Amino acid sequence: MESWRRHPLVFWAMGLPGIFWLIVFFLVPLGFVWLMSFGEKRGIVDIAITGTLENYLRAFDPVYLGILFKTVRISLIVTLLCIVIGYPVAYVIAFSPPKVRTWLLLAIMLPFWINMLIRTYALIAVFRTRGYVNFTLEWLYGLLRLDALFGPFQPLPMLYNEFAVIFGIVYVFLPFAVLPMYAAIERLDRSLLEAAADLGASRFHTFLTITLPLTRSGIASAVLLVFIPALGSFLIPELLGGPNAYMIGNVIAAQFKKANDWPFGAALSFLLMYATFAILAVRPLLVRRAAKGEGAR
Amino acid sequence: MHASAREDAPRAVVSLRGIRRRFGRVTAVDGIDLDIREGEFFALLGPSGCGKTTLLRIIAGLERPDAGRIFIDGADMTTTAPNHRPVNMVFQSYALFPHMTVAENVAYGLRLEGLARAVIAERVREALALVRLEGLEDRRPDALSGGQRQRVALARALVKRPRVLLLDEPLSALDARLREEMRLELSALQMRLGLTFVLVTHDQDEALSMADRIAVMRNGRIEQLDEPEGLYERPRNRFVAEFIGKINFFDSILEEVDEEGLRVVLPGVGPLSLPVRCLVTERKAADLALGDALTLAIRPEKIRISRAGDHADADSDLFGGQDKADVRLTGRIAEWAYYGGISHMIVEATLPQSGEVRRISVVFQNAAKETVEAFDIGDAVVLSWPASAMIVLTS
Amino acid sequence: MKGVLLMKRRRDKGGGPVLAPGRAVWLKGLVALTILVLHAPIVVMMVFSFNNSRRNVVWRGFTTKYYEQAFNDPALLEALINSLTIAVISTFLSLIIGALAALMLWRFRFPGKGAFEGAMALPLVVPDICMGVAMMVFFASIGWPSHLPWPLSLSNIIAAHVAFSFPFVAVVVRARLAHFNREWEEAARDLGASEWRILMDILLPFLKPALIAGALLAFTLSLDDFVVTFFTSGPETVTLPVKIYSMVRFSVTPKVNAASTILILLTVVATLIATRLQRPEETARAEMAAQGGGQG
Repeated sequence: MESWRRHPLVFWAMGLPGIFWLIVFFLVPLGFVWLMSFGEKRGIVDIAITGTLENYLRAFDPVYLGILFKTVRISLIVTLLCIVIGYPVAYVIAFSPPKVRTWLLLAIMLPFWINMLIRTYALIAVFRTRGYVNFTLEWLYGLLRLDALFGPFQPLPMLYNEFAVIFGIVYVFLPFAVLPMYAAIERLDRSLLEAAADLGASRFHTFLTITLPLTRSGIASAVLLVFIPALGSFLIPELLGGPNAYMIGNVIAAQFKKANDWPFGAALSFLLMYATFAILAVRPLLVRRAAKGEGAR
Repeated sequence: MHASAREDAPRAVVSLRGIRRRFGRVTAVDGIDLDIREGEFFALLGPSGCGKTTLLRIIAGLERPDAGRIFIDGADMTTTAPNHRPVNMVFQSYALFPHMTVAENVAYGLRLEGLARAVIAERVREALALVRLEGLEDRRPDALSGGQRQRVALARALVKRPRVLLLDEPLSALDARLREEMRLELSALQMRLGLTFVLVTHDQDEALSMADRIAVMRNGRIEQLDEPEGLYERPRNRFVAEFIGKINFFDSILEEVDEEGLRVVLPGVGPLSLPVRCLVTERKAADLALGDALTLAIRPEKIRISRAGDHADADSDLFGGQDKADVRLTGRIAEWAYYGGISHMIVEATLPQSGEVRRISVVFQNAAKETVEAFDIGDAVVLSWPASAMIVLTS
Repeated sequence: MKGVLLMKRRRDKGGGPVLAPGRAVWLKGLVALTILVLHAPIVVMMVFSFNNSRRNVVWRGFTTKYYEQAFNDPALLEALINSLTIAVISTFLSLIIGALAALMLWRFRFPGKGAFEGAMALPLVVPDICMGVAMMVFFASIGWPSHLPWPLSLSNIIAAHVAFSFPFVAVVVRARLAHFNREWEEAARDLGASEWRILMDILLPFLKPALIAGALLAFTLSLDDFVVTFFTSGPETVTLPVKIYSMVRFSVTPKVNAASTILILLTVVATLIATRLQRPEETARAEMAAQGGGQG
């Protein structure tokens, strides 16, 4: 690596487009929002930057605090489910013969390339009152003559509640969780597992004392890759959740699109970003601890 | 066949019967029968891909054979899981658990046995003392040198007090000097503990210097099972002769044979008489027929090299007047590699009758500085050796 | 007889590495179920885009009429053209900006490098919704003209897409650069290559897979983006995802399925082209020559 001073022309030619774009079309817009979060609404379109903290304080109003709490709760549940489902999947893929492995990985990663909106829409068709799940259930209901016992079939309310939101986010982000865990398990030195078996450990014990502690960094990455986008969810709760399961992202969007309270939306938006950064700041700690491992205890 | 011949040998700790293992189309282990005796240092030697590591892993239980049985201490353990076998392994990469300290690594196997804390601590201390690693208990593997890691791997396996210690190329990751040191140490350790060691290696020096018995493997089969000296001096076939040490081959034709010896013709050189002990293969003198093609071989260090012109007293000088220099060839030094203690030369020798030029490997001790300085590339030299120093391999 | 049985039993168990994949059936079942759940809704959605029924639940025969409807819907068609235009232009810009930024970070030391790297990582982690509202506020505040003629009317969306795409391209290119062996460069110089020739003969061919992967990433990110576009675009400019969103809100019809299937197919086609380009050997070399001309 050389100092930029040696070839300033080359340096600027390479760097300027990126620096320019990043500042003008990313940092400045964020700066606008940041300033606005300290502003007050004056009339329909006028906003005065007064330096007030009112917008941030409003976020602690019980109504919004409840939504914040719900957002965190949903994100935690989603993350847990992604790890619990994703780890065994990653494990099986990593230990498959190479040919099978390629196909399994492809099968897991394929949805990742498909538009999130479309995947969410596909779920609506499955879950709605007259969707495939209820249709199948009704058919089974009729087949088993349960209507004689319990009366006519009542479709399960599977949409517009927290269940739908949680299912939707897991559905969309599961590939994100599988990939880093797969990478960690795949990297694992197989001779360590053999050594454990050779020293008398059963499969289960080997998993607990060797595999799991040594793949913690993969789990930590998976947690972050799911938890952070889950916190910022907007589309999935908007389409699958409805007002009952709104998350913070929906509240922010509402301030800009419907309520027209930009300063408050800006403040919420920055609170969400601060939360994201805080989690990212914990990451090195998480990963380092994982790398060191504590499995021997 | 090797096994059946040794039925009355000391008790076998590990017995393999008809072990076979294929990987797809490749047969890694092709029907091996083998008995490893109590307390011996046994080596599986062969080029890479000969199946030696697979065989070791089959003994450890890390690999299941497609056919055949494994007995450890007389018990059939063919389908026993590795964690239930009384053998432990030192892995080629050492396979130290990176998230555990040295002490935790060594204690791992004992903890699984459910021993009391104090007992574990005591045995870990003992094992670390055995490999001279006291004071490094709390280090993690990545803070250790290669040699230290190797010792931890050794301690971790030994602490389990296995019936057999399996070593998979244990020295291959060490540098040359350390390897030498560890060789001596492993031998000493094995003798002190009286434990059965099974070593897998592709390094003939390693096997020769440490093992009591060596099985030379090729293509999943055992080519020869013998003590080191036997392998070197009496190789059963060309492969073993070439794999262990350097050797020069000559084609020849059998002219006469009786219980005293054989008489062969070396094309280009002439007739030669050899005592019957030179016949090292399984075929007995009686099995040979006149006109058979035989391969004669001579080890490079058994060849006497002298300057052309001053070889008059060579016979008495080198062979104490006991043997004559039956073969005598003149030639020029073509290549010369100097190793300090010894020198290795390639001499382009001319066969006296046919005039054909053969490249012959010669090794000699650099006993005196003068001998080294006496020779130079291109020098005319005389090579000579007694016929009795040669071995006869049937083709 | 017993011997035969024994042989058979052992064959069933088979030889093999003892620690090979868990033979546990429940694990494999879980993987199968996961893959099924991941794919079934999409497959069903695509299949039912050919269903001859508005109700969308029961199969009533094959038809392509919803595709005809979709392609005869001027709004949908316009959205599709907008999406493709935005994707192509923003991919092109992201590729250039991202690759140059990666090269700069790889080659140079400079004050504030850490800060720049951190800032470049931001678009990767900032939630879509925050970025979306930031774009909305920004373009509204500076008074970005909203009634421009067609391709220019997409400029704000393109600017936003480049902002979140080029850091991804930079990440991919930098990852590849990390594996660049400086000795290749030195060997080329030793053999008499100029800086320019090194760039063209050594660096670019080496980076080609990363450039293709980066382009694919930028293209699909742009084509798939809904949230940022939703907030950036005015009422006049609609992209395919935004159009589909408004249709979904309205009702679930086979026409939406058809439009969605078209969007999926576009992504698939882009991926196929990229994989083809990444294939080495002569075909790729010929393609690279053509591509190099296009890029230079």
